[in-house]
Amino acid sequence: MPLLEIRSLSKHFFRLRAVNEVSFGVEPGELLGLIGPNGSGKTTVFNCMTGILPVTGGRVYFKGEDITDSNPDGLYHRGIARTFQLIQLFPQMTVLDNMLMAGQERKGTMLGRLLSLDETEETERALKLLEYLDLSEVKDGLAANLSYGEQKILDFGMALMSDPEVILLDEPMAGVNPTVIKRLIGYIRDLNKQGNTFVVIEHNMQVVMSLCQRIVVLSQGEKIAEGTPDEIQNNPLVMEAYFGS
Amino acid sequence: MTDAFQLFIAGISIGSIYAMAAIGFVLLWQTSNTINFAQGEFVTLPAFVMVLFWTVLKLPFVVALLCTVIVAALLLGVVVKEGMVDRLIHLGVLPLVIATLGLSMLIRYSLQQFWTPLALPFPPIFSRTAIKVGGVIFSIEEMGNVAFVAAVTGALQLFISRTKMGWGMQAVAQNRHLARTLGINVSALVLLTFVLNAALTAGAAVLIAPVYLVKYDIGLGLGLKAFYAAIIGGFNQIRGALLGGLLVGVVETYAGAYISNQYRDAAVLIILIAVLLFKSEGIWGVKEEWA
Amino acid sequence: MTRRRILALLVGIAVLLLLPFGLEQYKLYLASLTLVYLMLAIGLNLTLGYAGQISLATAAMMSFGAYAVALLVPVRVPFEVALLVGALFAFLWGLALGFPALKVKHHYLAMVTLGFNLIIYLVIRNWESLTGGSFGINAIRRPAWGPLHFTSDRAYYFYILGWTVLVVASAYWILHSRWGRAFRAIRENEMRAEVVGVNLRNYKLMCFAIGSLYAGIGGALFAPLLTYIDPSAFTLDRSFQFLIMVVLGGLGRFEGPFIGAAVVTLLPEALRASEGLYLIIYSLSVILMMAFMPKGLVTFWDWMVERVSGGRPGKAKAISVEKSAAASKSK
Repeated sequence: MPLLEIRSLSKHFFRLRAVNEVSFGVEPGELLGLIGPNGSGKTTVFNCMTGILPVTGGRVYFKGEDITDSNPDGLYHRGIARTFQLIQLFPQMTVLDNMLMAGQERKGTMLGRLLSLDETEETERALKLLEYLDLSEVKDGLAANLSYGEQKILDFGMALMSDPEVILLDEPMAGVNPTVIKRLIGYIRDLNKQGNTFVVIEHNMQVVMSLCQRIVVLSQGEKIAEGTPDEIQNNPLVMEAYFGS
Repeated sequence: MTDAFQLFIAGISIGSIYAMAAIGFVLLWQTSNTINFAQGEFVTLPAFVMVLFWTVLKLPFVVALLCTVIVAALLLGVVVKEGMVDRLIHLGVLPLVIATLGLSMLIRYSLQQFWTPLALPFPPIFSRTAIKVGGVIFSIEEMGNVAFVAAVTGALQLFISRTKMGWGMQAVAQNRHLARTLGINVSALVLLTFVLNAALTAGAAVLIAPVYLVKYDIGLGLGLKAFYAAIIGGFNQIRGALLGGLLVGVVETYAGAYISNQYRDAAVLIILIAVLLFKSEGIWGVKEEWA
Repeated sequence: MTRRRILALLVGIAVLLLLPFGLEQYKLYLASLTLVYLMLAIGLNLTLGYAGQISLATAAMMSFGAYAVALLVPVRVPFEVALLVGALFAFLWGLALGFPALKVKHHYLAMVTLGFNLIIYLVIRNWESLTGGSFGINAIRRPAWGPLHFTSDRAYYFYILGWTVLVVASAYWILHSRWGRAFRAIRENEMRAEVVGVNLRNYKLMCFAIGSLYAGIGGALFAPLLTYIDPSAFTLDRSFQFLIMVVLGGLGRFEGPFIGAAVVTLLPEALRASEGLYLIIYSLSVILMMAFMPKGLVTFWDWMVERVSGGRPGKAKAISVEKSAAASKSK
């Protein structure tokens, strides 16, 4: 059974059909790529899946349960994490605080979070992750002061803090230099090997083809192809969508 | 039954004045994210200025009105926009809100201290003679108010929907950044909005002064009513502010007549809370979606 | 907390303890009033500065505490119980208002609280049999613990100080707990906060309700300070006054309410000499302060602290190490 699945998902903005009856699923442990030319609706699909935008039609399922139009915080507790195309951090908080924030709502009750000041366990986790991501040195700096690449990695790290079952990455490589790209590919591969499920939106074809086991292609709001990297590369519809006929 | 209808007319009459202030308020909010807590004082000040030009200097009515509108446009439009709003607008809603609170106090207490704490009489613009139409009695003043406001609102609506500047204002209201990148001079349009607001409040001042008299603190109640009208009617449409103002005027008049004077405000407040709970964008407003 | 901060804190407390012995009656009253306003400002700062919720209902919440004390103490209810009743009533109303109001967007909450404040004012003014209407309630008694009476101005100052310490300490706790982090996250990037599991409604609701609780406590201590209350103390203007206090002091900063309460309470007094002009100078000052120090007077405070300690406490360590090296060189 797919871990995360959308069926006939549609999102209309008045007369603009940003997403039109798109269906696909990601199996546990899979690394799925979501690609398509600009404006094909990829981020909108993510936003619908993660409760940021209300859907116009269709359903979203997680482990078989209908989670359509849930609040984002509910999805977090179910184990769905995501990053954003335009980096979304807490700029005036320190890097460490950003990480702690991303992990603190995971366990316990709200009242417990007020009454207990002890955060040693969470802090250790955060520090370990920061070390893994090579961000230990800047842990006490403000998130706003990081370089773009470092911010992207922090965004990624925050998605990991909640120990999620599935991680949705929206253009994690956009605008970063090749060194950072390599680092990110390394992290994603590592984590996928350990059993984490990923859905990745990317424009960088090399990254997608080498990283993903399966790819879904969108064009103008519709799904036009689905298959292994080889199948996609040789699919004439995909060529047409990207380069015209 | 005719009683109720007469009250209705009276309500529409005063409501249309509230509507003018409410429309200006909404325009400011839409184009420049300014919650103008001094909107009431934007009516009080031109009222005093009109007293100066018309009663004290005894200029002919139209000349006095023109001078008042110009003074209002300069002080409450240009000076406020360039001197205060421009400085604070990029810092978010709150510093500007506090500044307008300060401005409201400044205008109010300056008028009290430097002019007079007493209420000044203001001769009515339209005659107060009553006419009887089919058993219903209403005054020329009431008709005059409604006609004036209808004309002004109609002109404003035409301006916004038919002229290039009007389209520019709509563009800025919907998406500032985009408007700027399309080459629209956002700053100039915001200035225009402030000037328009000043003209609207000056107009409201001239209409309401005969009813409320001219006193330094009339702005408090008026500002609140403009607020209510905008929220109840619909914060993001001129039509909403207009209908909201009329509704406030009518409800207030009926409540004052059928319940008691003390509960006039309460009736409006209850509608306000109901609107906020059940249709937060206002009765005639349009829902804005999360980006 | 650093050694320097603890020292500063002790000095501050010492000053507050010694204050009543050096001040004559009116100035002591001002000091007590500032402490009461501080509690209200801390509450509003929580709601407004940390959770970004505009509340104009501060005066109404304050009135709950004030009238609770004024009405219950004469019928043999212990003062502290009456205070807690009033504060709890405010807390519950905070929950009741916040619950639906948080469905609506940012600025609309201001309208709900504005409407609420006005309705409460009307109710207080018209329910004469309960509240005495416009005539208010007189001869409000100050607390007493058996033989220990807090009736004198000086004694009551210490009583207020005790509650202030409680409020400040609890606010400090809240803001340094995980709730505080969640509040800051909400303020900085609400959407991202939700995506990392922050239940926006619950946290905002708590902010609003706790802010109202503090306002209730402040109101309960306010009534015996004046020994007389009437509806005119709880108008919309009063809510605006606290709004100004919090923004002027410095939104979302712990020091903000201290500065704001002190300035807003004491500035009109300092200007009193100018007679009729003082309100004008006051309002002009508000506008100018917003124009030149929009983040609040805490900016000035930060600058002073930086000068004194040669480095910015709490910011990136690298920067402060450099600055204190430079500062010690220039000395």
